[in-house]
Amino acid sequence: MTVETKAELTQSYITSISRELDEPDWLLELRMQGYQYSQSLELPKPEKTSIKDWNVTNFNFHLDERPIKAWDELPEEVKRLIGQETSKANVLIHKNGRPVFSQLDQRLQDQGVIFKDLHRAVKEHGDLVRRYLGQLVDAGENKLTAIHTALFNCGIFLYVPKNIEVDVPLQGIWWQEDGEVGILPHILVVAEAGSKVTYVENTLGAEQGAAVNHYVAEVFVGPGAGVSFAALDNLGAGVTNYVWRRAQVERDGRMDWALGQMHDGDTLSDNLTLLKGDGSAAESKSVAIGRGNQSQNFVQKIIHIGKASDGLILGHAVMKDSARGIFNGISKIEKGATKANGQQTERVLMLSDQARGDANPILLIDEDDVKAGHAASVGQVDKMQLFYLMSRGIPKEEAERLIILGFLNPVVEKIPIEGIKNQLIQVIERKVKP
Amino acid sequence: MSVPHLKIDNLRVAVGDKEILQGLSLEIKGGEIHAIMGPNGTGKSTLASTLMGHPHFHVTHGTVELDGQNVLEMDVDERARAGLFLAMQYPSEISGVTTADFLRTAINVKRGPGNELSLMKFIRKLEEKMKILEMDDAFAQRYLNEGFSGGEKKRNEILQMMMLEPRVCILDEIDSGLDIDALKVVANGVNSMRSPERSFLIITHYQRLLNYIKPDFVHVMMQGRIVKSGGPELAIRLEEEGYDAIKEELGIIDETVGQEA
Repeated sequence: MTVETKAELTQSYITSISRELDEPDWLLELRMQGYQYSQSLELPKPEKTSIKDWNVTNFNFHLDERPIKAWDELPEEVKRLIGQETSKANVLIHKNGRPVFSQLDQRLQDQGVIFKDLHRAVKEHGDLVRRYLGQLVDAGENKLTAIHTALFNCGIFLYVPKNIEVDVPLQGIWWQEDGEVGILPHILVVAEAGSKVTYVENTLGAEQGAAVNHYVAEVFVGPGAGVSFAALDNLGAGVTNYVWRRAQVERDGRMDWALGQMHDGDTLSDNLTLLKGDGSAAESKSVAIGRGNQSQNFVQKIIHIGKASDGLILGHAVMKDSARGIFNGISKIEKGATKANGQQTERVLMLSDQARGDANPILLIDEDDVKAGHAASVGQVDKMQLFYLMSRGIPKEEAERLIILGFLNPVVEKIPIEGIKNQLIQVIERKVKP
Repeated sequence: MSVPHLKIDNLRVAVGDKEILQGLSLEIKGGEIHAIMGPNGTGKSTLASTLMGHPHFHVTHGTVELDGQNVLEMDVDERARAGLFLAMQYPSEISGVTTADFLRTAINVKRGPGNELSLMKFIRKLEEKMKILEMDDAFAQRYLNEGFSGGEKKRNEILQMMMLEPRVCILDEIDSGLDIDALKVVANGVNSMRSPERSFLIITHYQRLLNYIKPDFVHVMMQGRIVKSGGPELAIRLEEEGYDAIKEELGIIDETVGQEA
């Protein structure tokens, strides 16, 4: 039995959600702060993308979903998303914003690895969660982060203790079975000093229906730790997406983002990494496809605070039909970040005359002894590359497909689970088909 | 259908409004190896590119027929499937597409649906050819020509030729930028493909390659046309006397087509 209600940005509704989810007082207080900010703050104004008419609060909530006890209960299309041998899979599945299935290798649990849905983590590891929640994405930033804080309905807490290296990928699945349900997850990843972990998430969206995805992921990379975060975002055309993914990296730590941003609806995506410690490093790789009438605005930003911090931003996008896409790469090197290295590449491939793609590389440098570089291009499929492939007997459409797949490969190759990699390829092929 | 017959008649080709090929005629039958030599700027590469259907060049006059079929009316990929192959002088780099995947796609497109080469057989064939060309196994998994040196790119062209087994092989200055050892290996690969059902058109600036790949016919190109033809001895004469001797003999002052092609 699911209890479905229309989400309301009101204090009484928020309080009832918090009670329903059995949250501690501090969490309700956090939500209330979010509510206050949502009333006083404005929507952000991303450059060249007007979001004032976008859907922000029109969606439903499911407060109850029956847990899934066995693999066989999962429908085929969800099983296919698992992409690993099911009995060995380390996976957490959320259906319509409620956790329904979770599995974590006993061996990892014994090592102290925590991979739980957020509300369970709040109950069982409250202090730990409280220490980190909201530290990177603050409710008071803008109206959207405020709304997320007020209304988030689920999430994942992934915690890796000191020096533990998790050698298998941990997977999160966001399954929107009901097209009117909002997906408002809060993902919290904490990797203590010297630890290593790979997290990969994918979505299964309903084909029809209008809703909103207010998504936040906060990643804390401890000294000498390494986190790889891969994602296949693919919700339907009726969902409007506000995606905030942020990481903070301590001394000698490393953060790798591999984002397959394939949502079919309007999308605002903000990916920020703070290279706080000396010798910290990060790679932000993103591929996106714009089609139909979609409007998308992507920001990939790396801020260098630590000395000898190393940052790489790569954004490749394919635009077709009448889609509009703005792609911003920002490398910011603060004063004191000597010997920092900030590199970025933004490339947009245009497949139609009506589509619009802007690649904006931005270097903000406040220190002398640094290296920085950027490359940006917007263009059509290279005629010489086409000629080369066709000269080997490959028909034009197939040749274009190969070139496009190759263009988006920087993220495809980084997806850690073979099944999900293939899924991303399938999504790409479906979207670029003429 | 098997024994190829390529007939080029009075071909005139322009780039923009600059005419490069000015009435070139040539006939290549199955089993034959033709070498085209000539100084820079005489249209040699233009000929090679035009035969393959390069988008920058357009034919203003003349015909090209393969087994009686009009090549100029075929799209680039059709020409390839009809049996033409061009080992390019400056091969494109295509990031994210491995040499192996690309080759397998090309082979299977040719073989047709339902008749694809199994992965096992493909790998075996690829390893066999890479061994002949003394190429490291790792090459197959690298992205197509990305970061390859000039010599590596040339070897990759010959590898593709050996895997695709075309009927008319056009080699555009396959020797440029190769040291003597690489040259021998490449020549070895080419020679291993000689057959009565295959013909070669080898475009070269220097005679040296022809020490390793013995041609049946040698043609000299100047001013966008073939100005002299002969057997292998013509190549030797060119090596000894240089292009100037031919220019003098034919009364040519400026052998180029007027501008760097």
